[in-house]
Amino acid sequence: MKEMGIRFILMVNKQGQTRLAQYYEWLTLEERRALEGEIVRKCLARNEQQCSFVEHRNYKIVYRRYASLFFLVGVENDENELAILEFIHLLVETMDRHFGNVCELDIMFHLEKAHFMLEEMVMNGSIVETSKANILSPIQLMEKAS
Amino acid sequence: MSGSSLMDSLFQRSLEDLIKGLRQQLIGEQAFISKALEEICKEIKSTDLSTKATALLKLSHLSNLHFHGMSFAAFHALEVLSSPRFSHKKIAYHAISLSFHDSTPVLLLITNHLRKDLNSTNEFEVSLSLQCLSRIANVDLARDLTPEVFTLLSSNKLYVRKRAVAVVLRVFEKYPDSVRVCFKRLVENLENSDPQILSAVVGVFSELACKDPRSYLPLAPEFYKILVDSRNNWISIKVLKIFSKLAPLEPRLAKRVVEPICDLLRNTGAKSLLFECIRTVVTSLSEYESAVRLAVGKVREFLVDEDPNLKYLGLQALRIVAEKHLWVVSENKEVVIKSLSDADPNIKIESLRLVMAMVSGHNVSEISRVLVNYAMKSDPVFCNEILGSILSTCSRNFYEIVVDFDWYVLLLGEMSRIPHCQMGEEIENQLIDIGLRVKDVRPELVRVARDLLIDPALLGNSFLHSVLSASAWASGEYVEFSRNPLELMEALLQPRTSLLPPSIRAIYIQSAFKVLVFCLHTCFVRGGSIVPSASMDNFPAGVSASASHESFDEISVENSADATVVHGQTHASAPITKASIVNLLNLVELALGPLLGSNDVEVQERARNLLGFVDLTKPEVLNSSVQEKEDSEGKGVETSKIIKLMCDAFSKELGPVSLSAQGKVSLPDGLMLKENLVDLEMICGDIKPPSSYSFSFGSPYEEEKDWLSFSNLHIKEDSEQSNESTSLLAEHRKRHGLYYLPSGKSELISNDYPPAKDPTLQGDINDNTDDLVEITEESLNPKRKPNHGKPRPVVKLDEVDEKPVAMKQPEPRDDSLSSAVRDVLFGSEDIPPTSSRSNLSNNPSSKRKGKEKQHTDPRVESRENVIDRNSSSRRSKDRSHGKERRYRSPKKKNAEERKNTDQKEKEKRHRDHGRHKSRQRAEEPLKVPAQTSVIPDFLL
Repeated sequence: MKEMGIRFILMVNKQGQTRLAQYYEWLTLEERRALEGEIVRKCLARNEQQCSFVEHRNYKIVYRRYASLFFLVGVENDENELAILEFIHLLVETMDRHFGNVCELDIMFHLEKAHFMLEEMVMNGSIVETSKANILSPIQLMEKAS
Repeated sequence: MSGSSLMDSLFQRSLEDLIKGLRQQLIGEQAFISKALEEICKEIKSTDLSTKATALLKLSHLSNLHFHGMSFAAFHALEVLSSPRFSHKKIAYHAISLSFHDSTPVLLLITNHLRKDLNSTNEFEVSLSLQCLSRIANVDLARDLTPEVFTLLSSNKLYVRKRAVAVVLRVFEKYPDSVRVCFKRLVENLENSDPQILSAVVGVFSELACKDPRSYLPLAPEFYKILVDSRNNWISIKVLKIFSKLAPLEPRLAKRVVEPICDLLRNTGAKSLLFECIRTVVTSLSEYESAVRLAVGKVREFLVDEDPNLKYLGLQALRIVAEKHLWVVSENKEVVIKSLSDADPNIKIESLRLVMAMVSGHNVSEISRVLVNYAMKSDPVFCNEILGSILSTCSRNFYEIVVDFDWYVLLLGEMSRIPHCQMGEEIENQLIDIGLRVKDVRPELVRVARDLLIDPALLGNSFLHSVLSASAWASGEYVEFSRNPLELMEALLQPRTSLLPPSIRAIYIQSAFKVLVFCLHTCFVRGGSIVPSASMDNFPAGVSASASHESFDEISVENSADATVVHGQTHASAPITKASIVNLLNLVELALGPLLGSNDVEVQERARNLLGFVDLTKPEVLNSSVQEKEDSEGKGVETSKIIKLMCDAFSKELGPVSLSAQGKVSLPDGLMLKENLVDLEMICGDIKPPSSYSFSFGSPYEEEKDWLSFSNLHIKEDSEQSNESTSLLAEHRKRHGLYYLPSGKSELISNDYPPAKDPTLQGDINDNTDDLVEITEESLNPKRKPNHGKPRPVVKLDEVDEKPVAMKQPEPRDDSLSSAVRDVLFGSEDIPPTSSRSNLSNNPSSKRKGKEKQHTDPRVESRENVIDRNSSSRRSKDRSHGKERRYRSPKKKNAEERKNTDQKEKEKRHRDHGRHKSRQRAEEPLKVPAQTSVIPDFLL
């Protein structure tokens, strides 16, 4: 029912296990499980020489692989795919800056923080913040406070 | 209690422990998680907030990554939310954002928490609360918290204001009346120079403009300024998105933005922005030749780039251009065709779509040839993708682009022989469909069918079984065009048919029956060695006597030219002699004898039928073959009677049945259909009727004749009467849609369906369909031109399915949001927040939705209502506009009261003007020039 740029953001490892899932529309657990299963199967089967866009149901998935982690973003069909790729890269860079060369374990043990970063960047399925400093400053402030 | 709680918190596993445990567990992940969940359930009931918060955090983690429901913890999350500590709040908001949704029961309890945090002095609390609101807001929350969001929209803390702007989208969507409160402040933020704010606010407008661009035309100057000034690619992309929606609505705006966009196109280094420019130009500015050329140049760079992403997007952009500028595709033809063999399946599919976009009547055979060659070489998935798109493109609009049906039938045959082909069912449907609709193609169809049937290898491929069933059916039904029925008979009875599923085997046997009858008929009634297919066209006296009421009469005249061609070809075929008939009968007995004990009812029955017939005729045939020379006239009479009878039974042509045929048959007195069947339904309600392959061999026209005169008088009443049985009909029609004529048309075409190349009838059909076509298809597919000039040999059954009509239905659109936006933009902009709060109770969106539903609900109707329905939907639209106006009226009064106070003259004029305009638009929604005055002149 809702129309928005980004519908969901997933991080999945090579084995297909979800490491982070952020949805901007409500899905039941069963729907989520089915969706993630299908998408992961589709995207992980592709190789480096193939393009990073996969059509799925009525929307598009833009994905990118960093080491052992896949970043998958589900978007509306008229969303700018290249911008989403840049967004993924920005997300990774931001995490890199915060965790120092981010890896799967960082996200596993700091899932809440990763969510928080995403929330700084995306609201209501549209990208609101694209400056690394702006994204990280509240997190650093909060860390200091607690 | 406090002791145990202390113990709990002392020995509670932290989230980190949980994650570590999960990684090192030896008892299996599921077991470990369910153990952890048990702990969490206990901990979350603790009175200690820290314990509770930690439990909630763990639960969120498990829910997010391991799909465990956390709805049971909804209330506990609220408890944690009420904690004074920020770290607890954060955990609670995280959990709530992840798990709450519209039907969470405790959602109502959160309002005050949110309000408190929205008013907090801690900007992070405000931010958390806004974030949460953007995820879970429903109508009530959006309504109740609108004042807080309004305040925050002009907060002096950028961090907060940015998020307040972003949350507005959700609030507007859930509670459109909030537009009246917040919109002005939102617009003010458009002029903010801070990129953070601007990015958020442009994001909101690009989403809003997607849904209803027209309402945002008045803001074009602001967007234009951002487009020209922005140095931030993210913002530029979003503004471009807005303009790609606005430009098509307002030609002068398009003219204005085309230059800056071209500048961006030339100068930007960022591929994402470049692509957005390209997309904007090809979708919305395609009238500007120079811009399109520039964009296409960039697209070409994408196409030849190494990066598969750019290649993919380039192809996609081409597909968009192709709708209006086909030359672009032909210019890049080589690249596109080359991409068909790319390593990436997605690129291949994209280029396939592009190739299909190029298809027209002239090049369809050429392109199909290329594609079929590709299909033969490629992997199974893509092969079927290719075949599927050829099939759907060629069959589109009743085979609109197919000129030469002989060629197409041959192509279908060739496609089914491709090793990976899995499109059997579609090919089956099209073969039968074409056989029924296109008379001229039947000789070729039979030839293709024969080639398929005769190949024993194909029987082993289960994907081809449905094609074979269509072939068997066609060669039985149109056996008169066969060059060598004896050979056909052998093919139908070959031993490998045992590989077929029973349903298709039954069709084989039935077809064999028809072929046999035909052979016997040719041999005995028509006196032996008459060449089969030619004779049928020329109608020797014997046949026409027995089949005088058939529908062949017309074609024999018109197609005499064709017939001579066929004649020439068929001279070579073997004559049917009595000896060969005897062989044939023996073959049937041999092949079908074992099937008498078949487990499948259908196969058994059909085999019995055929063998029974053979038993009846065989003695006579043998007899007559002995005494052949003595008296061929006296003895053969019995046999010929039977054969004639059977031949009559089969030679009536199958044709489409009128949709309302059943409804038009008047019920005989004393027949109580319903009462008796109700009991039956109770007994066997769950048994499904047998489906699909049961063709009716009776004549559908026989009865039509009887009621024809009657129906001419009573068409209108009939349609009403038939309403009762529509649902049954609809179901039947869904299953056998192919064989239906549209209702109301039958009286024009009389008792059989029109011959292929009859110009007058063709005209009739066109006339008849025109109104429907106009209403339905043309609006969907404006490029399509009805082919009046050249009569095509396709029998066109308009409206085989109701889909186009259904699509034409105006979607129940929720335009309460747009109407609110228009009110604010065109109407009085200075309504205090209180006025909107006063009419909280009347929620226009839900009311109007209900109303529209009422109008669009009755979907299953007879076709006569289609036009009515359209006008009724128009009526409903009118009414909703009336409602808008009524809804607006109290505000009008408000405004008028204030008119003579401190309002400036100019402002007032603007407002009245605006309102006038918006009303005008409501009445004539398509008249574009009416919009223009709302755009300030500087832009134009």
